[in-house]
Amino acid sequence: MNQTELDQLISPFRDKIGDFEIAADKFISYIIIKPDQLPALMQLLRKDCGFNHLSDLTAVDYGEEFEIIYRLYAIPGKVNVTVKTRVPRSQSELASICSIYPTADWQEREAYDLMGIIFDGHPNLVRVLLPDDFTGHPLRKDYQKGR
Amino acid sequence: MEDLFLNIARILHCWLVSGGLSAIGADLVLLLIKWISILGIVTMNVIVLIWLERKVSGFIQQRLGPNRLGPYGAFQTIADALKLLTKEDIIPAGTDRWIFMTAPMFFIVVAVMLYLVLPLGKDMTIVNLNVGLFYFISLGSLSTICLLMAGWASNNKWSLMGAMRSVAQMVSYEIPLAFSLLGVVMITGSLNLSDIVAAQSRFWFVLLQPVAFVTYFIAATAELNRGPFDMPEGEQELTAGVYTEYSGMRWALFFLAEYTNLVAVSALASTLFFGGWKGPFLPSWIWIILKTYLVMLVFMWLKWTFPRIRMDHLMSLSWRVLIPVSLANVLVTGVGIEFFRWMGW
Amino acid sequence: MTTLFDTDQYIINIGPQHPSTHGGLHVEALLDGEEVQEAIVHLGYVHRSLEKIAESRTYTQFIPYASRMDYLATHLPTLGYVQAVEKLMGIEVPERAEYIRIIVGELSRIASHMLFVGSLAIDLGATTGLVYCLRDRELIMNLFEMSSGQRLLASYARVGGFAEDLPEEFFPALQAFLDKLPTMVEEYHGLLTGNEILQARCRGIGVLTADMAVAYGVTGPNLRASGVAYDLRKDDPYGIYERFDFKIPLGERGDCWDRLMVRVEEIEESGRIIRQALKDLPGGEIRSKVPRILKPEKGLEVYYRIESAKGELGYFLVSDGGEKPYRIHIRAPSFINLMALGPISRGGKLQDIIANIATLDPVLGESDR
Repeated sequence: MNQTELDQLISPFRDKIGDFEIAADKFISYIIIKPDQLPALMQLLRKDCGFNHLSDLTAVDYGEEFEIIYRLYAIPGKVNVTVKTRVPRSQSELASICSIYPTADWQEREAYDLMGIIFDGHPNLVRVLLPDDFTGHPLRKDYQKGR
Repeated sequence: MEDLFLNIARILHCWLVSGGLSAIGADLVLLLIKWISILGIVTMNVIVLIWLERKVSGFIQQRLGPNRLGPYGAFQTIADALKLLTKEDIIPAGTDRWIFMTAPMFFIVVAVMLYLVLPLGKDMTIVNLNVGLFYFISLGSLSTICLLMAGWASNNKWSLMGAMRSVAQMVSYEIPLAFSLLGVVMITGSLNLSDIVAAQSRFWFVLLQPVAFVTYFIAATAELNRGPFDMPEGEQELTAGVYTEYSGMRWALFFLAEYTNLVAVSALASTLFFGGWKGPFLPSWIWIILKTYLVMLVFMWLKWTFPRIRMDHLMSLSWRVLIPVSLANVLVTGVGIEFFRWMGW
Repeated sequence: MTTLFDTDQYIINIGPQHPSTHGGLHVEALLDGEEVQEAIVHLGYVHRSLEKIAESRTYTQFIPYASRMDYLATHLPTLGYVQAVEKLMGIEVPERAEYIRIIVGELSRIASHMLFVGSLAIDLGATTGLVYCLRDRELIMNLFEMSSGQRLLASYARVGGFAEDLPEEFFPALQAFLDKLPTMVEEYHGLLTGNEILQARCRGIGVLTADMAVAYGVTGPNLRASGVAYDLRKDDPYGIYERFDFKIPLGERGDCWDRLMVRVEEIEESGRIIRQALKDLPGGEIRSKVPRILKPEKGLEVYYRIESAKGELGYFLVSDGGEKPYRIHIRAPSFINLMALGPISRGGKLQDIIANIATLDPVLGESDR
């Protein structure tokens, strides 16, 4: 979906979800949104726009901030919406979207496990890949062995 | 050839009596010798059987099977047996020690005792019991207790699960097993296995009682814990079921007993349905061996072809299909017998 | 009040060391007798932190790691990875390489599905089924050995094409394999799917409805078995998949049986694709000119997904302009498919968990990464 299409899709709902930005890189365009508006946007995309497949949920460490990326698809088809949001490193918390997309359950656990993002409202936010007694979050750039 | 073993026994008896033993004393000593030879035959036979099972499974699965040690890998089982014998006897902590230790022994004892009543040839029964069939069935179900002992004493969840399964399975399958044999008993009017063999001089009972044979075969597979009914072991879900905690010689005893049971059940099948030791040209004891091995090959064939049935399907097969069918078989047999009597045949 | 006949919940840990968990999978089953009240999946026994390793390797050096994820369909994860890097770098791939990618990719899919059929058979207790499937898979392994010298972990794909061209003897061998393929599938039907016990073990077991499947993000053959026609090769074509004519096999109810049959049919469809690719295979270069050191633009990121044998395999690559990726995230289909294991096992029997694990077809190297 290119920038204008995305704009047409989302803009009617601007009053519902508040302010957001539509940006584009070389390959795709995406929505940038504040973390606190995320559940409302997700709800909207799921219920009203029919994006029923959360393909990927991941986080990237950009030093001061973490970027959390949600990739949504509508099954069947290849229409894609990418949502990005940023949380500060000091307070890496945002709302869980588990209740909207059940598939986010383990993906959020993985992001918590490896990157240390805390998803509020997740029913069972425990480590999924690493052992329970592991300390630290290895995919953070400042992670060092033995820390 | 026909009387080879009988002559050996007679010579031994004469020799013992001439050595100064009373006739009863000589009989007792002879009985002991028969017992020991049965034990020897059973253990040696199991070695052959395991080799055969490996070869058969290899054939079915388009592999070679054991082929390194001895001709056609014949010594592989012996090497395995030696390995098992020399392994450390591990009794895990937390087990019910005595029950854990004795369960495999009881299991093998029960299995060997089955052979006492089997007619292994013309006039070749160790104890010619007049309730031989009854004895066989009741002893056969004793093995459940041994499996329950093993499963309970292991103090392992898999084992207990396997033991529970084996009890449920054996209790259910005991009934169609006994009922399926009832048809044969009704025709011969005797529980003595030698009489049953004698009654098949004209035709085999598998022709008169095909339904009973099929029921017996299915129920016996379940009783033997062999695939597709190997619930107590259930490797894919219960790791090794009741045998999980066993290793070395104790595990080997279970293994031995399972094959011993297999031989006994197959021998019973050939006795009841395929005319036992009766057959032309060859000596009687060769005939029973041939028939038993053929039945066993069918058991092996089944095991290596079929997936394992699910526990609840297994139970419903017994209670909903096999028991009504075997009961109906008893009814039809009874009516048939009366009908033939009325016709004056 | 407790009485003598009260029962406790019986907790059984299936795995991580267990004959039929396909690697280090740990399922905690809460049982009432033989009935499953809850099945909780614990992962991470094969976790190698591939995403962290990737950050300290160059783009090229990560290729062998990718094939170690889904080692049962070795070419597919590497192909997905190199295609993601190519997209990031804007590299064109020669036509011949594109066709060979289809061939080895679909061969990997067949290999994976064959092992699926075999491992389902052995998990249901039919040992012989496994041996038949492995025997046939061996032919594919031989083909892989011809192509790259490696049987299991081929690492054959490179950014911009392949390491080297296929040898001459590959093509007659592939043709012989394709000729035998229908017979093999027929044999599976005769030995396994025609068996009453196997049908009883699979039909109506582990039902994953279409809604549930989509909600849990299940993809690949598992999703298609639930009746949702979603195959990236058709819906979001990558590479040159648009040029091929093939069907997407669909199930109806989403039970173990459908998951089995969909895969068996996919084996045949993949065979069709390979035949077409083999017919049209052009000559020419196998690898385009690629800089020795790959340095994508700074701040560029790409999400590239392919239809792997297990489902939707996605690679998310972020570049910081250096020769090593800033971040790699792998959307592993096995990982997300496994989430459905708990819900579909609930209310079934203990033995059904085994069938469910087998038919969800997780490969733990991929789910744990």
